[in-house]
Formats: sequence, structure tokens, C-alpha cells
Amino acid sequence: MESSKRNIFVVLVCTVGLLLAALLALSLGAVHFSLPELLYGLKEGDSSTAGRILLHVRLPRLLAAALAGTGLSVSGVLIQTVLQNPLASPGIIGVNAGAGLSVALCMALLPGMILILPFAAFLGALAAVLLVYGVARRAGASRITLVLSGVAISSLMTAGINTLATLYPDIMSGLRDFQSGGFAGVSIGVLIPSGVVTLFGLLVSFLFAGELDVLSLGESTASSLGLPVRFYRFLFLTLAAALAGAAVSFAGLLGFVGLIVPHMARLVLRGSGKRVFIALSALMGATFLILCDTAARMIFAPFELPVGILIAYLGVPFFLWLLFRERRQRHD
Amino acid sequence: MIELKKLSGGYGQFEAVHDVSLSLLNGQITAVIGPNGCGKSTLLKLCCGQLHPSRGEVLADGRPLSALSRTDIARKIALLPQSRTVPDITVGSLVLHGRFPWLDYPRVYRTEDKAAAEESMKRMGIWEKRHKLLARLSGGERQKTYLAMVLAQNTGHVFLDEPTTYLDIAHQLELLVFLSELKQEGKCVVTVLHDLGMALEAADRIAVMKDGRLMITGTPEQVIASGAIEDAFGVKLRRREQIGFECLEPQRTEGFRVPTADP
Repeated sequence: MESSKRNIFVVLVCTVGLLLAALLALSLGAVHFSLPELLYGLKEGDSSTAGRILLHVRLPRLLAAALAGTGLSVSGVLIQTVLQNPLASPGIIGVNAGAGLSVALCMALLPGMILILPFAAFLGALAAVLLVYGVARRAGASRITLVLSGVAISSLMTAGINTLATLYPDIMSGLRDFQSGGFAGVSIGVLIPSGVVTLFGLLVSFLFAGELDVLSLGESTASSLGLPVRFYRFLFLTLAAALAGAAVSFAGLLGFVGLIVPHMARLVLRGSGKRVFIALSALMGATFLILCDTAARMIFAPFELPVGILIAYLGVPFFLWLLFRERRQRHD
Repeated sequence: MIELKKLSGGYGQFEAVHDVSLSLLNGQITAVIGPNGCGKSTLLKLCCGQLHPSRGEVLADGRPLSALSRTDIARKIALLPQSRTVPDITVGSLVLHGRFPWLDYPRVYRTEDKAAAEESMKRMGIWEKRHKLLARLSGGERQKTYLAMVLAQNTGHVFLDEPTTYLDIAHQLELLVFLSELKQEGKCVVTVLHDLGMALEAADRIAVMKDGRLMITGTPEQVIASGAIEDAFGVKLRRREQIGFECLEPQRTEGFRVPTADP
């Protein structure tokens, strides 16, 4: 099958996969719903018990997982392309920790102002990504310096979060949930500002996917083709920070999603343009987090495992496999 | 035509090219030669507007590069850099990206862009491989793909930074034929070459650089006669006649020692 047709087929299969994952997430829980019960509950709304569970608990959670999965995955695609480093991701280059520190600062200094959290997370994420990029550029901008400076900046940000937790013990319980990541207790109201940021980030990424394609050819070739490299690098890093920041603001520190999902998409795509790559990463990211969250709810039911912990168990082996694969490819 | 007027520039505070004045003419191949680190690649980047000069200026068809947008420059000058990534895309997609400077928003490739890319791939003999991933090609085929991208860009000036690196002799000779065809089309072709024999054979003009300065520009005969090559590389050249052809070969200067691990 021709590459482009095959890639469109893959996107369609993943769309169906996302819908099935969403149905599964809505059905499974302390109370299981069959498909007719699901449809009945959604139709009846608040007037039935099933409707209340679906509309106020499972649907917000489903949307939260889908939003966070989309935001972190597309952020990962952008960061890996701009930095030309397949091991870069929002978590690894300090974006998550930057957003986390910013959110912790807001929780400590401006308690109760939930609406500004996405923007605070965005600013923290942007500061982190620019700091990591600036440090790595001065140190030679190799793949290793980027990852190392990301680790260093992340440690610094995490130290900042812990300092705030010591100075403001009131935010401790919120911070603990934030650091392990998860979607428990999330409401539609909290998701709206992040949803707006995510949709905007996704739209701009789609609009400038052509530029991202050219940027992936390397700085010198991209510049020779007329792309203002610095401007677009800054634009895409800003978008990546916005997408990751929006996700972190309500989901907490979910590491590895931005690393794993673009690689999953790369494994099934064949030489696609970035527009298809972004679309597939968004679909796979949403599906992946919906399934992880459903598993986290179900594995130790009635106890719930924070989804961030489950992702870490999946993400670390994947990251190590990626490192070995990279090394093997260099030697081939 | 590209004109360099007292051009100096480099990276931040480090100036790698000093006071270079040079005319690069249409319908000619100019080879830039010189030892490693003498500023050849920096000179090419300055010529293509990828680096801003600290002093002097570059004129493309009489207009200063500083007055042109990035897109305008890309419609006039194509640069094939020395080190390139191997993106996860097909041959056809990469060649099509050569048309990027000619697109307006929303950057959707038109029928004429696809036709130009097809023609470039056919000319470089890679049309059959258009659906293959770049990573699956040999070094020579990958080089042809990048050259097809440069062709699709359709500029009057083509700059190539060490295009023969990693190529076997057959692909190197094919490249020389390609450069000669570009020259016949009236394009201004400028290439950095490490192979002295190839540079002297293929180029109409040679520019010899040393320590960031242009030592001489002239025809291969003029450059050989000037002794600039010996001076730049610290070697001696002697003419050696062999069966059917003659070539220049470098000769070690007195006192030259190949460094060894053991004293």
C-alpha cells in the first residue's frame, strides 16, 4: 500500500480505537454499565443515577485524560522535532517541572484562583524550555547536553516545588496529588481553560505543520529553503510549552507521555508529513491516557492507583528500550 | 551573480572570514579550496545569508542580501550544507520540500510544484525510489535526493558544501557531470571541495582560502602557477604524467611528519 494511503488508514484505525477506549472508560468502574445503560444514562442526565455518575465523574475524567494525552503527546512531537532529539520530551527537558513549580507558586501565593493555573503552568513550562534550550545551546546543543541540562533544570524546579511545600504546608496534600499525577476529582469547569489552550495549540500546530516539516530537515537546510529558523523554533517551543503546561495544570506531573506516544506513532507511520504525525500522536496520546486511567481505576479497585505511577511503570522500560535501540542503530 | 565586498563574519565574537572580495559568476563553477578550518563553510553561509557579516556585504544580482527576506534569498540561492539530517520521510517528500520557498500560506504544494519535483527526481534518476524512506537509501542515493531537492528549488545560484564527502568515485564523477549541467544552464555554481584534483579538473575558477582570508582567485592554471595551493596546504605539487592522462599530486614538504602514537 502507498505510504500516504497507509498512513490515512492508520489514522482512521486509531480514531476508531479512541472511540472504543472512550466507551470502555465510560462503562468500567465501581458500577459497570452496558452500552444501552450508557446511552440511557447520557440521555437522562442528572435525573438518573447512571447519568450523574457519567456526567459528573466519568465524562470529566475521560475528557481530562484525552486532553492531557493530546497536549503532552503533541508537545512531545514538537519538542523532539525542534530539538532534533528523539529522547527529548516535555518531562525530560524540564517542561513539566517548570509548569509544576509555577502551579505550586500559584497554589501557595494565590490560593483558590483555579482559572489562572493553566496560564501559570504555561509560563512555567515556557521558562523551563527556554532555560534548557539556552543552557544546551551554550554548551554545544548536542543531544546529550540537552538531556543533561533538562535533568539539571528539572532537578532545580523540583527543589523549588519541595521548598514551597516546606514553607507552605497547606499546599502539601494538593502537591502530593500533583506530583504523582492523575485525574481524580477533576471537573468540567477546571478543564475549560486548559481545553481552550490545548485546542488552540493543536490548531496552530496543524497550521504550521509544513514549517515543522522543513524544520525537521535541520537548521541549515531549513534556512536554505527560506524558513526563518529562529522564529519558528521559538514558536514551536512556545506551543509545546503551552500544550504541556495546559495538561500539567489539571493532571499534575505526568512524565513519559510526551516521550512514549510520538515514538508509538513513529513506529506505525511510514514517512508521513508532520500534519499526519501530529494528528496520529494526538489520537494515540488521548487513547493511551484514557486506557491508562481506566486501568489505574480498575487494577486495585476499589483503591485507585494514581495514573502517573502507572505511566512511570510503562514509561521507564520504554525509555530504556529506546536508548538501546538508538545505540543499536548507530552501530548498524 | 554573487558579489562579496570586503566581507568579514563568523560566529558571535569569533570572526572566521576576513575581508573577502570576490565575484561569483553565472555560467561558471567556482571551487573553494583550503585546509580544514580555513573558513570555507563559513564563507558559503555568509554568501547564502545564513550568517550575517560583521563587515562588508553580499550582493545577489546587484541587490544586497541584507535588503532581501529569507524567502527572497531562498528563491535566488540554494545551499546544500555539508552535514544533513536523515528525516523520517520519503524521497518524494524531501524533493518536494525544495519547492517550499515558492509557496505562500497555507504551504500546500501545487500541481506545478509536484511537476517540478517529479522532473528533478527523473533527472537525478531517483524517480523509481520516490516512495522509499530516506533512511533506507545508500549514501550516494541520499545525496542524489538532496541534489534533486536543490534542483526543484530552481535558483540561479547553487552552493554546495563538500558534496563529495562519503561518495564513491562513480557517484563523485556523476556529481561533477551534474555540476557541469548546472553551469551549462547558466547557473552560478559554487562548491567547497577537498579533492584538489577534482577541483582543478571541474572548476572554471578556483578560490584558495587560508586562515579565513582569500589568497587568490583565478583559473586552475593561474592558481597552480601562483603557488597559492602549496602555501595554503603546506605541501608541494608536482605534475605527473601517466598513461593517457596527467594529474597533480601533493608532495610532502621538508620536515613534514605524520604524527604517530609512538615517539
